[in-house]
Amino acid sequence: MHQFAIKPLLGRLFATAAFLFCFLVAAGGVRAQTMLLNVSYDPTRELYREINAAFIAEWNAANAKKITGIRQSHGGSGSQARAVIDGLNADVVTLALAGDIDAIASRTTKLARDWQTRLPNNASPYTSTIVFLVRKGNPKGVKDWPDLVKPGIQVITPNPKTSGGARWNYLAAWAYAERAFNKDEAKVRAYIANLLRNVPVLDTAARGATTTFTQRGIGDVFIAWENEAFLALAEFGADKFEIVVPSLSILAEPPVAAVDGNVDAKGTRAEAEAYLRFLYTPKAQAIIAKNFYRPRQPEHADPKDIAKFPNLTLVTIDEAFGGWAKAQPAHFGDGGTFDQLYKPGG
Amino acid sequence: MREGALARRLLIGLALTFLTLFLALPLAIVFVEALTRGWQAYRAALADPDSIAAIRLTLIVAAIAAPINIVAGIAGAWAIAKYEFRGKSLLTSLIDLPFSVSPVIAGLVYVLLFGAQGYFGPFLKSQGLQIIFALPGIVLATLFVTFPFIARELIPHMQSLGNADEEAALTLGASPWRTFLMVTLPNIKWSLLYGVLLCNARAMGEFGAVAVVSGKIRGLTTTMPLQIEILYNEYMGVAAFAVASLLALLALVTLAAKTFLEWRYADEIAAMRRH
Repeated sequence: MHQFAIKPLLGRLFATAAFLFCFLVAAGGVRAQTMLLNVSYDPTRELYREINAAFIAEWNAANAKKITGIRQSHGGSGSQARAVIDGLNADVVTLALAGDIDAIASRTTKLARDWQTRLPNNASPYTSTIVFLVRKGNPKGVKDWPDLVKPGIQVITPNPKTSGGARWNYLAAWAYAERAFNKDEAKVRAYIANLLRNVPVLDTAARGATTTFTQRGIGDVFIAWENEAFLALAEFGADKFEIVVPSLSILAEPPVAAVDGNVDAKGTRAEAEAYLRFLYTPKAQAIIAKNFYRPRQPEHADPKDIAKFPNLTLVTIDEAFGGWAKAQPAHFGDGGTFDQLYKPGG
Repeated sequence: MREGALARRLLIGLALTFLTLFLALPLAIVFVEALTRGWQAYRAALADPDSIAAIRLTLIVAAIAAPINIVAGIAGAWAIAKYEFRGKSLLTSLIDLPFSVSPVIAGLVYVLLFGAQGYFGPFLKSQGLQIIFALPGIVLATLFVTFPFIARELIPHMQSLGNADEEAALTLGASPWRTFLMVTLPNIKWSLLYGVLLCNARAMGEFGAVAVVSGKIRGLTTTMPLQIEILYNEYMGVAAFAVASLLALLALVTLAAKTFLEWRYADEIAAMRRH
């Protein structure tokens, strides 16, 4: 008798599943087109949410062919470049450093090699730098780079293999050590090795490291993007954390590019290029400063936003390391200085 | 005898404490956190278009993965339980493989196969097909990690049943298809259902494998677990826990469905176990 009981039960189950499936697919199918995909690095989530709304409003007011939305994908800058190389269909990439966009240009045919000359300021509409975030009152007395290698100090920084911010952190520390030890390479390497020894966990991207430090309460000092440090203060209140500005840091230039192969295949070149040019307009520059990035044209930003940025000595990647083309393989490539000096659990 | 009772109480107490600490408490916290800013904020968080898209994607993926796994699981279990052939132990180990392989690797192998730089990348591109960083890739990765659940439930059960019922049906002149529908399927329906429920729970909850092939495009290729991480990392705790609570609710519904069916068909299950 129970042979027959199975049929209505399973049948109904299948019918429900089939109905649900058709409904969901149909509901997903009626979406309108002309969407841009911006593949970005980790901390820019809040920045592009605001930029996208402003750009879409401006574009749609002036153009017949409307943009219905700009989709965002965020992650470690290196991982995001890898995804675009593996076929993630980005119209534009807005990454943490030129080396990652170079990787797309050199490993695929999707992007012209001269991408960085196509927009002003090395195709970087804003800059940032690296500072320290410590807990309120600075209980461990962290003032500058030498404090980070003291025994018993826990330092939070993400993994430079996947995170762009972490690479700026690493090079800022390296640039400091080169000056402090007068380019004595053995001492520089010892300093970096000691610094890495104080790192209990390497997150894959900047925002993950921020949550490790702020929400999970791990670590005494967080080497962070200036914008991440300010955002943490804004999110959690200035009574929880404070920013320490080191004696020397690095000028970080996060660049942007339209991915030629993808925009041509999708027919979105005009929109993608307009989107990137928009980043240089007074309106966008003000949004950039409001989100704690240093605008290229500070005169367009709210002076109160600009006043937040401390003055500090900044080295550039070109003068201190001969550009990303050299720094990337020497420090972060397979067998580079990071591989040589990082001993997990050591 | 008294010692036995003491040991029993201790063991039960220990098990209950562990369950409370590591299961009930975290689960409760998910709901408490989700509702910290009230019902209104909770509903608003779930009404966010990106979160709705994530919920829809998760349900679509599970709805595709389950039927495929049912067919593949029955076929695999049938082959192993009812036939003798060379390489049978190899097939058994292969079915178990997804249990032992890290989900991240499951994702990466599909990137290596179907990514733009992968073996089939150029061919797929020439056909205008996108597998990785789109729905098909997410379904593939989910299938990989959920495949063993149904087969693993069915194999021991089908082995214990033997071939006698099917042989009788075939001898009496039933066609193989009819034999399957009228004899085999009713015999295995409970283990099949358990397998489907387990497979479904994992399909909706999978993070690692899906993270690798998703590309994390908000509103398009983020499933609920990925969306939870995104929201949490954007300091939107209430929204993150709201989606998490929904995912937990889906799991609880699954559990409730299983319990209800067990209660409703208790006599049938008991009969099945006596086989």
